[in-house]
Amino acid sequence: MLRILHNTSWDFLKQWKLSVITVAVFVIPAVILIPIRGFNYSIEFTGGTQMELTFREAPAIADVRAAISGAGLGDAEIFTYGAPTEIVIRAQESQQVAQLEAGAETVSQQIERTLRARFGDASFVIGRTAAVSPRVGGELRSQAVIATLIAFALTLVYLAWRFEWRFGVAAVIATIHDLAATMAFMMYMDLEISIFVVGAVLTVIGYSMNDTVVVFDRVRENLKAHRKMPLYELLNRSVNETLPRTVMTGTTTLATLLALLIFGGSVIRPFAWVLLFGILVGTFSSIYIAAPLLRWIESKWPHRNEAAPQARAAKA
Amino acid sequence: MQNVKSRLLVIAALIAASVWALFPRQVVERVKRDGVFVYDTVSRVPLKRGLDLQGGIQLTLEVDQSRQTIADVSDALDRAMKVVRTRIDEFGVAEPVVQKLGNDRIMVELPGIEDPRRAEEVVQRAAFLRFQITDESQALERVVPRLDGIVKDKGLAKATDTTSRPAANALGSLLQTVDSTATADTTGTSTDGPFRRALVPGQLPGQYLVASADFGQIDALLRTPEIQAALPPGKDVRWGTDSLASGTLVYRTLYVLESRAIIDGTYLVDAKPNQDPLEGAKVDFVFNNEGGRRFRNETAKHIGDNMAIVLDDKVMSAPVIQSAIGARGQITMGGRDLQAAQDLALVLRAGALPVPLKVAEARTIGASLGEDAIRQGLLSGALGLALVVLIMVVYYRFSGFLAICGLAFYVLVTLAILAGFDATLTLPGLAGFVLSIGMAVDANFLIFERIREELDAGRSLRMAIDDGFDHAWSAIVDTHVTTALTAAILYQFGTGPVRGFAVALLAGIFASLISAIYVVRTLFLLWLSKNQTAKTLSI
Repeated sequence: MLRILHNTSWDFLKQWKLSVITVAVFVIPAVILIPIRGFNYSIEFTGGTQMELTFREAPAIADVRAAISGAGLGDAEIFTYGAPTEIVIRAQESQQVAQLEAGAETVSQQIERTLRARFGDASFVIGRTAAVSPRVGGELRSQAVIATLIAFALTLVYLAWRFEWRFGVAAVIATIHDLAATMAFMMYMDLEISIFVVGAVLTVIGYSMNDTVVVFDRVRENLKAHRKMPLYELLNRSVNETLPRTVMTGTTTLATLLALLIFGGSVIRPFAWVLLFGILVGTFSSIYIAAPLLRWIESKWPHRNEAAPQARAAKA
Repeated sequence: MQNVKSRLLVIAALIAASVWALFPRQVVERVKRDGVFVYDTVSRVPLKRGLDLQGGIQLTLEVDQSRQTIADVSDALDRAMKVVRTRIDEFGVAEPVVQKLGNDRIMVELPGIEDPRRAEEVVQRAAFLRFQITDESQALERVVPRLDGIVKDKGLAKATDTTSRPAANALGSLLQTVDSTATADTTGTSTDGPFRRALVPGQLPGQYLVASADFGQIDALLRTPEIQAALPPGKDVRWGTDSLASGTLVYRTLYVLESRAIIDGTYLVDAKPNQDPLEGAKVDFVFNNEGGRRFRNETAKHIGDNMAIVLDDKVMSAPVIQSAIGARGQITMGGRDLQAAQDLALVLRAGALPVPLKVAEARTIGASLGEDAIRQGLLSGALGLALVVLIMVVYYRFSGFLAICGLAFYVLVTLAILAGFDATLTLPGLAGFVLSIGMAVDANFLIFERIREELDAGRSLRMAIDDGFDHAWSAIVDTHVTTALTAAILYQFGTGPVRGFAVALLAGIFASLISAIYVVRTLFLLWLSKNQTAKTLSI
């Protein structure tokens, strides 16, 4: 039988410093930078109008910008999306609000008319347009935050019930790390935060929790089976035992995501990027963060009956 | 063996139910035939394609409270939703979705429709019809000096354009002769100002012309509270929808109307578009008996007067009442085409919206984009599946093959659940589906690795398989429940695309659970019963 990482006995817990370094180098700068730089929010969150146009022949961006500025939409962002023939135009909310108040044509109609006049009637087709009022956008942002917090709270309660509160806390902190790292990744990559990407982030939370639960499930079982074993050794053993599954699942999921990333098209791509990174981080954190954390929590708030660590798993 | 047989029966029943749920069936739906929508029976697989997979328009509407506050928004929205649904049914869309979002929004999805402006107009138009007699007492002209005085005193004109236009001015001087002695009270009045310059009396009583260059300024001034307070009491000032051309200048019409409506659209029972060789497109309407009686009485009193037909605070036309009118009347479209008349007749028939609605969000997805999305979604999905199959079979050999059978069952059941719950298949839904395949194989990895461990520990084959499934059980349940919790929260809080993703993920989690712990185990039991003496397993 074909086997990978069979019967390993690596000392994963010794390398807890590795996670401290990655957090310090990757996550902390982002946590500081995010409030300053902010995210690249999509139109759904900021409010405004966005149009995706596919031109027959690639126009000069400067020409498009000149035409749109001439129509009084000087602040509109214009950029290409994939191919040079695919152009995205994003106009800010204040313009849209002013337009709607005046009861005039909407921003998208204005842009379409302007560009058809400049480049000719058959020069482009409109792929997608979206117009979102700023109020809807603001609500969406708070909804995303609330959804995440409730997901955390529910998982904490579930794990505390199925395992014990120390497991729950370690799993949730490891998952918060994954969330922070994923957000750092989105900021460094300057990925556009759409509602779809938020969905991906929430999936990362689910997956990361998944991975940690599998390792902890083995810890719970080993606590029952090896009553005399020191926690350090027991945690290492549990991580090593679940390693083939961790790697196989990670590889398979990454393979599916690579397919989504390469062939899924422009809508799915940012989603696949976030998941790809999140799943790597989730796998990493269940080994290098969740397990050391569990040991640290246990040393800080030891179980009252030191002689019987197995009692920890009594509930399971 | 008995056990295996009953398990196989259960699985066969599940497969049969899933196939039945996905079998193409006869449904009655609106289909487009030669450009017209008709009800027809068509045979199709009961999986709805979302807007992002077939193109169309999505509108999110909310109650417009900018002019008046509405006490019970949720109730008002329920009533508005009925009207919107009726209008959309008449609009002719194959599978429209009209849905309440939370307590304060309506989401409308119109697959296959590409003209957002027309859709917005049909859905959003208040369609509040009133018939008002035009003012004959020159009430507006008498307050013009006061209005201009207010503009001067409050400095309202500074905000707007005050450059006088010679042409408008020349015509405006006509007005001066009418009421040079309008009022003795000169405090707070002005003999010159935007109103004096811009307002030109029209041909009809109560009608004024405003050069289109002055329209913006006058309209903005008319909206200010100071000016509104000074307008003649008991009268409404309304813009007309038509414009008049005189030489090179284009004029907009402004009407002064008696506030009391002689009748409104609530008595209307039918409206039909019509084409008249002289008047162009128009809408013929019919009042009910009571409305007809009222209309006849009122019009009899006002023979010779002009009656303005006011739709959503805009004057459509103001014909002279020649004789008493009964239950039938008509609205001329002022040069707009037959489609405009069709749309107006449609909204009049469906009734007025109980509350004004405004568009909070509008999305258009081109049909070609939908085709691309399907192609890309299917391609990446198929590729992802192929990779999973490859990894499973290469790594676990025969057991991997059993897992693939379980996976086929999983795909079938997930799609059947989606069809059963009438879920819409969207692009994010496809992604959620592909992702939950990862979950499904993860359960198999947990079990197979466990069986290998049990075999390493020296257990017999049958024991190793039993223990492998039993010991992996807790991890499988916990991972599925934590993911299901996240998916459920996504469903609860998400809208549109995120919901589609969450639904697919939830269906996938459920199917994956059955597939891994029941179907694959049954396959192992079946294999064991056929190979009683087997000592090794290809895993």
